[in-house]
Amino acid sequence: MSSKNLKIALAGNPNSGKTTLFNALTGLKQKVGNYPGITVEKKTGKAILSEKVLAEIIDLPGTYSLFPKSMDEQVAQQTLCNNDNEDYPDVTVVIADATNLRRSIFLLTQIIDLNMEVVLALNMVDIATKKGIVVDVNLLSRELGIPVVAINARKGKGIVALKEIIIDSIDKKPKFPFLEVAKLFKGVIEQANKIRGVENNFASFMALCKQKLSGEIDNRCALNQLCKIEEIIPERAQAKETVKRYAQIDKVIKSTVKKGTPIGKYMLTKKIDDVLIHPIFGYVVFLSILFLLFQAVFSWSAYPMELIDELFTNLQQFTADSMPKGMLNDLVVNGILAGLGGIVIFVPQIAFLFAFIAFLEDTGYMARVSFITDKLLRGVGLNGRSIIPLLSGAACAVPAIMSARTISSWKERLITIMVTPLMSCSARLPVYTLIISLVIPADEFLGFNLQGLVMMAFYLIGFVSAIAIAFFMKFIIKSKERSYYIMEMPSYKIPDWKTVLYTIIEKVKVFLFDAGKIIIAISIVLWVLSSFAPGNKFEQIEQKWAGIENAEIQISADKLEHSYAGIIGKSIEPAIKPLGFDWKIGISLLTSFAAREVFVGTMSTIYSVGDDDIRSIQKRLADVKRQDGEKFFTPAVGISLMLFYAFAMQCMSTLAIVYRETNHIKWPIIQFLYMGVMAYLSSFIAFQLLS
Amino acid sequence: MKILADLSIGAKGEMLDISDNLLEQKLLEMGCTPGEQFEVVRKAPFGGPIAILISSYVLSIRKEDAISIEVKLLVNE
Repeated sequence: MSSKNLKIALAGNPNSGKTTLFNALTGLKQKVGNYPGITVEKKTGKAILSEKVLAEIIDLPGTYSLFPKSMDEQVAQQTLCNNDNEDYPDVTVVIADATNLRRSIFLLTQIIDLNMEVVLALNMVDIATKKGIVVDVNLLSRELGIPVVAINARKGKGIVALKEIIIDSIDKKPKFPFLEVAKLFKGVIEQANKIRGVENNFASFMALCKQKLSGEIDNRCALNQLCKIEEIIPERAQAKETVKRYAQIDKVIKSTVKKGTPIGKYMLTKKIDDVLIHPIFGYVVFLSILFLLFQAVFSWSAYPMELIDELFTNLQQFTADSMPKGMLNDLVVNGILAGLGGIVIFVPQIAFLFAFIAFLEDTGYMARVSFITDKLLRGVGLNGRSIIPLLSGAACAVPAIMSARTISSWKERLITIMVTPLMSCSARLPVYTLIISLVIPADEFLGFNLQGLVMMAFYLIGFVSAIAIAFFMKFIIKSKERSYYIMEMPSYKIPDWKTVLYTIIEKVKVFLFDAGKIIIAISIVLWVLSSFAPGNKFEQIEQKWAGIENAEIQISADKLEHSYAGIIGKSIEPAIKPLGFDWKIGISLLTSFAAREVFVGTMSTIYSVGDDDIRSIQKRLADVKRQDGEKFFTPAVGISLMLFYAFAMQCMSTLAIVYRETNHIKWPIIQFLYMGVMAYLSSFIAFQLLS
Repeated sequence: MKILADLSIGAKGEMLDISDNLLEQKLLEMGCTPGEQFEVVRKAPFGGPIAILISSYVLSIRKEDAISIEVKLLVNE
């Protein structure tokens, strides 16, 4: 037997243990991407089924049926129903939860009726048995006419048997259809088969119900005509079929499942929920968890981030010293290594945030979070699950935007992604700290430290504007998807650490490789802009300062002023003058695009401060005078500058991740523009009013 | 006949009919077929979603959506 490369699709309801089974089958040999043109995540992995059989496993998005209600579910339908699809499987494995068999085999029976090679992996049979739900696996297999394997995906039980059965099932269709759909609609299905030129009753039924299967465009008219003649209303027909299918499922369940007390399994969960969805304690617990999450992303990740920073600084130093001096040295050190460092620095925050999210998701708590916050957030166009991205945006928008994946409605997810960067992230903190210490007196105001109050006000501005813009976008962004909130609340369970770990690895990989490419490219552009000047300007500068000792600081300030970045800074001066900014700030705005905190470094270079210590920069900036001899950094300039940083989209990493997550260049551009306009207008108004 | 949105926590009932077509299809597929018994187990604060125990799992639905679900009340608590 020659070695084969099989395609296996993994299908099942959300929360059925599909991802755990996927991890158990593929280990770390996974690839995550997007389906072309849409934002649904595509997970594939390689599995060794036997010595000779290798398989590519496709983890389909969780779905309850083959009649999709969302983009995710549509992917599952298109993969399974369209044999021209590049991912059309040789064998489909449907995973079902034994403790909840009725609902979880609904999808399976539809796949059986498509006459596909399908295997049922019955998850948690052992746990069901303990709970008094005894499933006769062999009888179930006979009743369904397909192979059934009892597994426990978490403990890795039954995986070997499942692999063997997958290999056995190649080219073996189900023994009989589960529901004779043709009998429900006398003669109609046969006519539909004829129109479609395919002998597949259930597929033809789906086509009649306006589902777009392969090559369906040509038959649309004929099928609609058939519906008209036979007086078939697709919605009614579909409802009728679903009810009949469940009636048939109930018959099968009755003969194969012996139930103890079905309510019993809910008891522990009920007790936990008494606290976690309590009208008061529920929110207290949630806020505490958010606080902990914020601490993790904000403070705990500070140590590894410092380490990474140090590592890259040393690496840059080492490279600068060991490579021959010149352009290439500078490109590697200040372009590529600086860019790389700027990417890797995010890894601890991403890891911490997703450790938390995966943990909350896997225990079943996230479903409760949506449950108690849905009403509050829906009013402004957001979703109960938007709260996590929004609040973790206060640490860093990059992991926050990635975490918006858990929002199932595309519109609500998009709005969340669009407004999350308005939250004051940790990169704005050094900018705020510097300017506040510069222009706001350390006085007391109503018994509070005024500087602290201003800082808080800026955090609040971020949050309030995010909510306001979300509310605004709710009316602008059109969506064909209806906003549903029909969700299963899974029972609580102890999280599977492997799943948590895999999630972290997956997210870090996505960020490093997908967003990383864009970030490196922009870093190099920024490097080119600030290290080149037209003509021989740089040589002139070096000659000018030649012979003068300890002039490095002045030289770099002089060079930056005359570089392309400096030229851009100067040429935008007329535009930013009404905001109270000069060309020096203009250059800093430009370089801040690498990351907002770069502002501090650029200001120190351009004002020749010599070191990056905030206090020495502040002292130097406080002495900067206007031409008329007055202080340059007045409260008006400071507030205007802070407002600009509060609103402007000055973070290429965020733009890169927005592009990755929305899969369309349109969204990061819109975000860049709307935030830019907000920044400009608010700075303009503030400066004109205050000065 | 009653409306699901009007039931209080602890009430037990039987699914009858769902007047909203899209909602109906989604709920049917999730096992809320006519005659299926359920119990209202939770209601989120501030008029948020309602959770029912049906087919041995807990399903949560927005109150606005639960208005179009007709049920037969079996036990009221």
